[in-house]
Parts: sequence; structure tokens; C-alpha cells
Amino acid sequence: MARIRTTVDGLVYEDDVEPRMLLVQYLRERLGKTGTVIGCDTSNCGACTVHLDGLSVKSCSVLAVQANGSEVLTVEGLERDGQLHPVQQAFHDNHALQCGYCTPGMIMQSIDLLGDNPDPSEQEVREGIEGNLCRCTGYQNIVRAVQDAAQKMKPGAAPASQPASSVAGGGA
Amino acid sequence: MTTTEDPKVATPERELGRDRRRKEDRRLITGRTRWTDNIQLTGLLHMAIVRSPLAHANIGAIDTSAAKGVPGVIAVYTGADLDAEQSSLPCAFPVNSEQAPPRMRSIAVDKVVFAGEPVALVIARSAATAKDAAELVEVDYDPLDPVLDMEAALQDGAPLVHPELGSNKWAYFELESGAAGTGGDTRQAVRDAESDDDQVVVRRRFRQQRLIPAFMEPRSVVVDPNGEQLTMWSSTQVPHIVKTMTSLLLGIPEHKVRVIAPDVGGGFGGKLQVIPEEWLTVLAARHLGKPVKWTETRSESLLSAHHGRDQIQDITITAKRDGTVTGLDVELLADMGSKMGVFTPAVPVLGAFMYNSIYKFPAYRFAVTDVFTTKTWTDAYRGAGRPEATFAIERIMDELAVELGMEPLELREKNWIKHEEFPFTTVAGLTYDSGNYEAATAKAKELFDYDGLRREQAERRQRGDVKQLGIGISTFTEMCGIAPSRLLGQLGAGAGGWEHSNIRMLPSGKVEVVIGVSPHGQGHETAFSQIVADQLGVPFDDVEILHGDTQVSSRGLDTYGSRSLVVGGISVYKAAEKVVDRAKIFAAHLLEASESDLEFTRGRFSVKGTDKGITMQDIAMAVFTAHDYPENEEPSIDAEATFDPADFSYPHGTHLCATEVDTETGEVSIRSYVCVDDIGEVVNPMIVEGQVHGGLAQGIAQALFEEAAYDESGTLLSGTFVDYTLPSAADLPSFTTDRTTTPSTTNPLGAKGVGEAGTIASTPAVVNSVLDALRQYGVKDIDMPTTPYRVWTALNTAKGTAGRGDEADIASPGAGLGSTASDISKGDTQGGHL
Repeated sequence: MARIRTTVDGLVYEDDVEPRMLLVQYLRERLGKTGTVIGCDTSNCGACTVHLDGLSVKSCSVLAVQANGSEVLTVEGLERDGQLHPVQQAFHDNHALQCGYCTPGMIMQSIDLLGDNPDPSEQEVREGIEGNLCRCTGYQNIVRAVQDAAQKMKPGAAPASQPASSVAGGGA
Repeated sequence: MTTTEDPKVATPERELGRDRRRKEDRRLITGRTRWTDNIQLTGLLHMAIVRSPLAHANIGAIDTSAAKGVPGVIAVYTGADLDAEQSSLPCAFPVNSEQAPPRMRSIAVDKVVFAGEPVALVIARSAATAKDAAELVEVDYDPLDPVLDMEAALQDGAPLVHPELGSNKWAYFELESGAAGTGGDTRQAVRDAESDDDQVVVRRRFRQQRLIPAFMEPRSVVVDPNGEQLTMWSSTQVPHIVKTMTSLLLGIPEHKVRVIAPDVGGGFGGKLQVIPEEWLTVLAARHLGKPVKWTETRSESLLSAHHGRDQIQDITITAKRDGTVTGLDVELLADMGSKMGVFTPAVPVLGAFMYNSIYKFPAYRFAVTDVFTTKTWTDAYRGAGRPEATFAIERIMDELAVELGMEPLELREKNWIKHEEFPFTTVAGLTYDSGNYEAATAKAKELFDYDGLRREQAERRQRGDVKQLGIGISTFTEMCGIAPSRLLGQLGAGAGGWEHSNIRMLPSGKVEVVIGVSPHGQGHETAFSQIVADQLGVPFDDVEILHGDTQVSSRGLDTYGSRSLVVGGISVYKAAEKVVDRAKIFAAHLLEASESDLEFTRGRFSVKGTDKGITMQDIAMAVFTAHDYPENEEPSIDAEATFDPADFSYPHGTHLCATEVDTETGEVSIRSYVCVDDIGEVVNPMIVEGQVHGGLAQGIAQALFEEAAYDESGTLLSGTFVDYTLPSAADLPSFTTDRTTTPSTTNPLGAKGVGEAGTIASTPAVVNSVLDALRQYGVKDIDMPTTPYRVWTALNTAKGTAGRGDEADIASPGAGLGSTASDISKGDTQGGHL
């Protein structure tokens, strides 16, 4: 067992963990942070994506002991004073989720992407989230959501609420 | 957050047709989800499954002693330990009425029949301990020859998957229009065409590769035996079917079994199953008297959850030289894999009525032989039988166009049912209630710039561009909304296709709606709230949709076959009508008016010609207090309804795909994808568009990316997401989607199903476009998925045999460069097939 001390979603935790325990297992099984999910065992799907010291990581590819002394942010720590993060709001506004299983990882990766590139083109969004798999949406509305969030997050933009224009419902 | 308010419309006149944002989203975007694997119970134990590494083998000794010795391991069970109580997994639609199905064990006892079959269970205090100990279980296998090729499996002397059947052939199903009285004699039609110089005969063999549904949430089961009751949480599409089958076959009284499908992370047919792991978790929990959880790894899921498709399709089409079709013959081999699930043998039969599609064939025959192999079982995957049918007919229509030198859209239009001909009874015996193929096609052509792309295609051909442009067409229809109970009974299904809902009016005027269909991403909570809000005239946010728990929703047949709205949604609609009828009685009493003097508008009963009235909410409270209500009436306005549709639903659409094919690398990229779907009236356009997008992605993935591949020993090669390549965002284009609307006449909403449409329609559009780009080089077919390697190989093989000098008339659409009459006379059904 190894002793680790981490900050997760703003709270400090100290635990003894097996050295082989993955960060995602620590989050889910020890801290009850079940908002972060496991979708594969080969680090392909990205469902478990969280932020480690401000950068997105697939938490199935990080050992819990590697998070010792670090800050972890999960999808459960994004809300501020009951307000959704603009990317969460944009996912809702743009119907960027169906079953929602990939959504926590997709949101965390999208936030990371917007940190690197605050105004991505469609192709840049597609390449920026290509490590996260979604089986429901065909990605189109996820791309829309990320670009919508980018506009809302620009300095001086109004607080996120409803989308500027209606998505979807094309025609008829 | 006000998740569902739209400031644009403060007091909506009508909910139907609005892009309501989803009620479901809040918990899913904040991580407050209720996936089965999230469930923790006091004393919960964890199960790991030891699975066979071999496709076909006799089981010798199993040594569990090392596993049992691991601290924290509670129990280890083998098949022999559980065989007396494990029963046989159910097949609800065996197709073969002459033979008893083989016993389908959840855990193998003497013999394994696919790589991945359970052979032992380890139950431990933690999931990690269970997995560690499972590694220590030693199983002796005596290998047998695997059965991998369907045609070889049917040969005399082939090794048998289930020796007790005496054959690897399970069922044969035939539908023939001459025999059924719905059209001409198909064999005669083909013979006539063969001997008629004014007709052509085109034969092709298409391969439907094996696919894996690959829902994002791995399957998970928790079973809690609590006294004499047993509660199961399962990541399933079908909690009611699981409950009924678990009760009937494991011998637990039905009223003592409760099945809960909490948040379910996708299904696509892949969770339409009574899975061995559900029952193994039940058996372990029952033995131990403790709650037990099993959650699969992704590799376990790809290996053991049912696969889809996997058919060999021999298609013969006949037509006059002017393009008028005269006959269609379909002969299929369908790989069931090693076991039969709930719908396994029936999946190809769901396509039986659909190969003729939107075209007016005078003669039609469909035949399928279901074959056992030592591969993972197959069953429903999004579309289930209908994508296979649509692929075959839309591919062969292009082949026919090439043969005749006709423009492929013109050939289709010449043969399709015209809008004024509806309702139309097809040669397969179905009556399509409504549709307008001309309108959908005209809109799609315009959005796609069909003529412009054809011009560009011709220019690129003339220039000899490295990247050639291909245009693919799919004008599809499907039957969905499964569906009429009597018809399902005639076809041999174990149960019908009705759906049930009930509406509970709460004292405050809020509304609880209990539905039998069980969502896993479709947005039922939102769409059904819209239906109820309109019907009862209550605010959208005042409606709660309850589902997925058999103790709350006692009756239902669950979610598959694009049935949720057109069967389940209609039962909600009808239950709401009954609530209004009941409420009217109370309104008349309270308003001291005659019922005939009342009118109901936007949630308020009013006395015609006066300002007297009462709201639905006030009636709900009055009924609750029950101080003043009519004599001879019960104080309740709650209502329930069961809807059994008279017919299927027949959505249709026109899908057009333009691909760029790199003739040096074989890479295919989608330049443009346009679809115009007619799904009748729409409840929530935003949700519909999302369903279409996701459906397209899965159909395109069959065309370009995905295949469950096995090696010669029967080992699954694509057993991880490294090898089973779901498309990422970077692999797909943005789609242009639109709609035309021809209301369905068979339900009061005028709606048609949409869940499977995109998947059913898109695969042939993509493959047709790839071939359209390459026919000029002599390429006649490429097996799916059309990977760069396969495209490159097909191109170089064709160039090697034909040479580029052969391409005549390359500027004309369809180009007439595919099949030739000489291919057929030589019996070469595959051409440049790889």
C-alpha cells in the first residue's frame, strides 16, 4: 500500500492505495466519484477523461499514486455556485449527448481543447476530441456544442444560457 | 438552471414539433448518473468470469483450488456446479418449429462452442481479487475443429456445433410471392428473363460482415437476493423481457422478481438480450445469499456480447431493357454464431419483407438458412435484418443500372411506388400506408447539388485526377415500430408487440406517466412529456416519465425496432385521451353543466359561451379531496392504455453520398452526405436529428471501418477498441439532414419510427459511391469495410486484369463499366470481388 494525498474537485483526500490501482478506480471505488466512467481497457475510448493539474488525462492510464500531490478535476467538480460550466451548458443546449456515457470524458476533453485553442474550427474540434469515442451522436452536435461553448467563453461574452440559434430540427 | 424553459415561447400553444432540450441531460452532464456499475450495496460481492480461450473444445478437468485459496475469494463455481439450475437461455422467435432448440447454457459444462464462453465464476470481496483469482483457475481443454465458414458448415461431415441437432443448419425460412398469392412465381420469372433477349439478369453475391454493437457502457449486472424477493439491476434494453424470462426459466415466481434498468449507456440492439451473465449473477447471489455485481471489461464485451449482421447474400434481379424490374430472388446464409439469443434466428426474417423495398416487383422470393458456427452468437444490431435488405437491394439496383447503362436514380424512379399509389400492397404482402419518394428525392438532389457533383465527377474522370469522385444513392424504406401482435404470432414469435402506459394525476396537478418502453439514450422523458403536455394541457415541466423498473412499470415489451414512439408513445397518447375523458365527467359535475356543453382547450374545460371553466389541475385536486364528485363514479381520473398497432410503420428517405477515393492510397473520405428522411409527423425535431446523425455514423461505419474478424482457429481478432475501430469525430463528416413529411395513417400522431433509419439507409449509399468512383477502372465490388487496403488492392487487381484502356464512356453516370452480360453467362457472380 502507498499513501497518497490528492485534491479532487477541490477537496483534499488522503488514502492508502495499492500501487497498481488506476486513478479511475480510485475515483470511482474509493471516493465515490462515479461521474467518471470506464468504457474500455485499452485507453481508446476516453470515457474516463479527467484533468490532472489542469491537463486532460485518461484516468485509466494514470496510476492513483501518480496523482499524489496533484489536483484532479472531474465532471462532478465543474459547476460553480449551481451554474453549469459553459461546456456543460453547451452540451445540453446543442443536444450533444444521447445515452450520456461518453459525456463526462467528452466534456473534460472539450474544456482542455478550448484551453489550448479558444476558437477552434470544425476540423480542429474533430481532431481535438478524436481520442474520445461516442457511439450515439455521430459527433455532429458535439462539434457544434464545443464551438458554441467557445463563443460563450470568449472574454466579454454573456453568461451561458440558451444557444443563440436553434440547433437541429433541420427542415419540415 | 432552468433546463427546459425556452424563453422564445413563454406559454407554448403546442409542444409537438418543438425542439425541447432534454430533461435527461442534467444528471448526465454533471456526473450524477445511475449506471449499474455505480451501484454499491452493503456486503456487495464481485464476480469475475473465466472464459474459454478456444472456439470449440471439450472441457476436461477444472482445477479451482488455487483460486479458492486466494484471501478474499468467497466462492468458485464451474458449469457442473450450476448445471442443474441454469436452465436454457430463451429464444423468443426460433423460426424453426420442427425441432427443439439446443439447450443454451449460460455456463459451459462439457464443451465450449465459442471463444469467450463462460466456464467458471469467481466471487470475491473486491472486483480486483475476483479477477486475480480467475487467472488461477486451470481448465483442461481438448480442442475440436472450429466451425467458421457457413458454407463449409453445411457440408456433410462438417464438425457439428450442436451434435444433438445432427446438422449445423438450424432453420430455413422462405417467402415466395407466387406461393403466397402476393405476386408471380419468382423462379419462373427468372427463367423467363434468362430466355428473353429483351430482359437482363444480374446476379451478385454480397457479404454482410460481422459487426459488434459496441454500446459505450459495458454491460453490468447487480443482483440482490432479499428474502424471497430478488432484485436485479441490469444495463439492458429489455427489463420486462428479462424479468419474465428469468421468472419462467429459472423458476422464480414472477411477482418475486424485480428488474431495474437504471441509466443505460446505449444499446443499439446489443442489450436486447437475456444474457448468460444476468443469470450467472442470479445463481451466484442466490447461492451466497448476498448481493453480487458483475461488470464486464471492454474486451469481454466485444468477445461475448452478441454480434450482428454476418450474412452471405446471393441476389438475382431481372429487368426489361427499358429498366422495368421483373423479378427479385434473395437467397441468404445467416450466421447465428454458436447460440440462439432472444431474436437470433428471426433477425434475417425481419428483412424478409423488405428486399423489394420501394420498388414494384411483380415476383419476389426471399429465403434464408440459419447456420450455427463456433463464433460469438449474433442477434439484433441497429436495423436487424433491414440494413442487410436495404444494402442488397440498393447495391443490386446500381448493378442493374450499370448493366442497362441507365442513370441509377432514373432506374429507381422508374420502378418505385408513386406517391399517388399509396396505400400500396407490396409483392411481399405488406401494405405501405404512406410515402412520397419523389418529394424526398427531389429535396435530397437539390441539397446535394446532384447535377453539379455529376459534372464534377465527369471532369475529374476526364482529367484523370488522383482523387476520383463517386456518388452513391440509397432510396430506402423500412418496416419498424415492432408491432402487430397477431402478425408476430403468425410469424412464430413468442410474444406480441403491444405497449402499455399509465398516467397518474397527482393532487397538485403534476403528472406521472409510467411507460413500458425502456430508454437508453433516446430521450423518452422529453418526447413523451411533450405528448402528455399537449394532450392534457399541462406544462411540459409538470410531467414526469417513469420507466425501467418492473415494480413501477409492470407491463411493457421494452425498446427495440424503432418502436418507442410509434407503439409506446401512442399508448401514452391514448392514456392521456382517457384522462381527459375522465376529467370531463368531473368537470361537468363541478361546473354544473352538461358534458356536451363543455369544451377542452389547453388544459381547461369551459362551458361554451360562458366564462365558466375549470383547469385540469383543479380537477385533479378536487378528485383527490373527493368531497364533491358524481354519484356512481370512482374518485379517480387516472388512466392506462395498451396500444397494439394494426401495422408496422414505414419511414423512407433518400440518402446521397459523395466520396473522394484516392486512387494511389485507397483512402476513402466522405465529401458530402445528404439525407432527406420522411418519418411522418415529428414530436421533437432536435431529438430526431440526433437519432439520424447517430444512425448514419453506424451505417457509415459498416461501410468503411468496422468488422469483427476471426482467425482460422476461431479467435476474435478485433477484441479491443484498438482493432474494432469505431469511427472518431475525425473520421466522419458533418451531415446535411432534412425531412419531408407524409403522415402515417396508422397512428393518431402520424409518426413513423426513426431510431434505425440512418443505419439502414446509409451503408449502401457509401459503398455505391466508392464503387461509382472505381468502376471506370474495372472494379466491380469491394467487401465491407472498404478499407484503404481493400480499395487499393481492388484497384490494382482490376487494373492488372483490365488495364485502364478499357474505360469506355467514362463520362456517363453509372458509366456502364461494371457487370457485363458475359459475366453472368459465365456464372461469375462476383466479378472483381475481394
